[in-house]
Amino acid sequence: MVRKNFDQELEKLNQELLKMGSMVEEAIHKAVTSLAESDVELAKEVKENDDAIDDFEVDIEKKCIRLIALQQPVAKDLRTIGMISKIITDLERMGDYAYNIARITTEIANEPLIKPLVDIPRMTKITQEMVRECLDAFVNLDIEKAKEVAAMDEEVDRINDQILRELLTYMMEDASTITQATRLMFAGRYLERIADHATNICERIVYMVTGERVSL
Amino acid sequence: MTNSTHKIIVEDLDFYYDDFQALEKVSLKAPANQVTALIGPSGCGKSTFLRTLNRMNDLIEGTQVEGKVLIDNEDIYQDDLDVVSLRKRVGMVFQDPNPFPKSIYDNVAYGPKAHGIKDKDKLDDIVEKSLKRAALWDEVHDRLDKSAIGISGGQQQRLCIARALAVNPDVILMDEPTSALDPVATAKIEELVEELKENYTIIIVTHSMQQAARISDYTAFFLTGEIVEAGPTEKIFERPEDQRTEDYITGRFG
Repeated sequence: MVRKNFDQELEKLNQELLKMGSMVEEAIHKAVTSLAESDVELAKEVKENDDAIDDFEVDIEKKCIRLIALQQPVAKDLRTIGMISKIITDLERMGDYAYNIARITTEIANEPLIKPLVDIPRMTKITQEMVRECLDAFVNLDIEKAKEVAAMDEEVDRINDQILRELLTYMMEDASTITQATRLMFAGRYLERIADHATNICERIVYMVTGERVSL
Repeated sequence: MTNSTHKIIVEDLDFYYDDFQALEKVSLKAPANQVTALIGPSGCGKSTFLRTLNRMNDLIEGTQVEGKVLIDNEDIYQDDLDVVSLRKRVGMVFQDPNPFPKSIYDNVAYGPKAHGIKDKDKLDDIVEKSLKRAALWDEVHDRLDKSAIGISGGQQQRLCIARALAVNPDVILMDEPTSALDPVATAKIEELVEELKENYTIIIVTHSMQQAARISDYTAFFLTGEIVEAGPTEKIFERPEDQRTEDYITGRFG
């Protein structure tokens, strides 16, 4: 069968994308843990991993371009390769946000947290789940799951709003908290953006499987 | 779309070679001034279908046609139709370049002469215009009296296109016109098809899926004498609806 080689290449791409995805998920987890526990060493790991994630993106993109050039894929094959090269950009950006959160850790680790972090880890848990589950939907071509994952974004947005309100209260009561509170607001914002990229991935999965463009 | 924008409308066409049914309930609308590509595996009825559009199949004994083929809303299978004038309106270019063993000039002038044009100036004019439209004039204008057999395969094929254009058709049927040509000659023909659609409606049979994707506006996928799916080319190649179309164009067929 002529397409056996092509199918194998495509399967390899899937595997690499999953590997990249799990690295991103780990980066998010480590970044937020480093923030909650003021762990500078852990934050450094996130930085190092981010370079590996970036390399992964370039590598997968190269392979997508090569498959298009050599195999001239059409229909679902083309949609799949096109979406893989978009999804890796989403993942790479998520990795960047995780790194941004880790940088906040290094900026504020020498001072005590103005409050123990509760909402940010809760938000992280959902965001991480979105990343993991959207990649699961990707491998299984599971549109229903993609839609469920995208729906989780609402809760992430809600928690982020709550974090903003809470941090504003802190800042109004005590101006000395402003420096740290604004940074924590950014951390919330980065997580919220990560969840948005997971939602993008869900939309791409639907297009990949059905050929229909949707806004989830 | 209204009928007026469809140059060719085929409705429920059945076609038989003796007992063998080669086409079954084929319906297709080909828009005017567009390129419609017919794709599908060998023996699926593409070429048979193409030949029903200028009644070339009439020349084969034992064939039978049912259903309707309308060109400009006129049924080309009605009893009193003048087949010669139909073939003048619907020109054809074949897989292998098949110039007559005559001069380049005579190849192009052959059709107009056969249709009664004798005036030398007029013929000169037709030959020049046709060769220009077929993007061959610049290469052969100084050797029009040389044998057509001496020019390259790609040039011969463009000569055959010029010959088809010389009788002033408005539909051009092409049956795998580049399958015998190298990539450069193929690219020239493809470019030409792109230019020709401004003035002609083109139906092309091709085994190259990439060619169909590159040059056609509409694509119809044939399988065992039926049209499985037809639609805008970008839709067929980006998100075909039928699994059989998907399997064929992605090379997972059979």
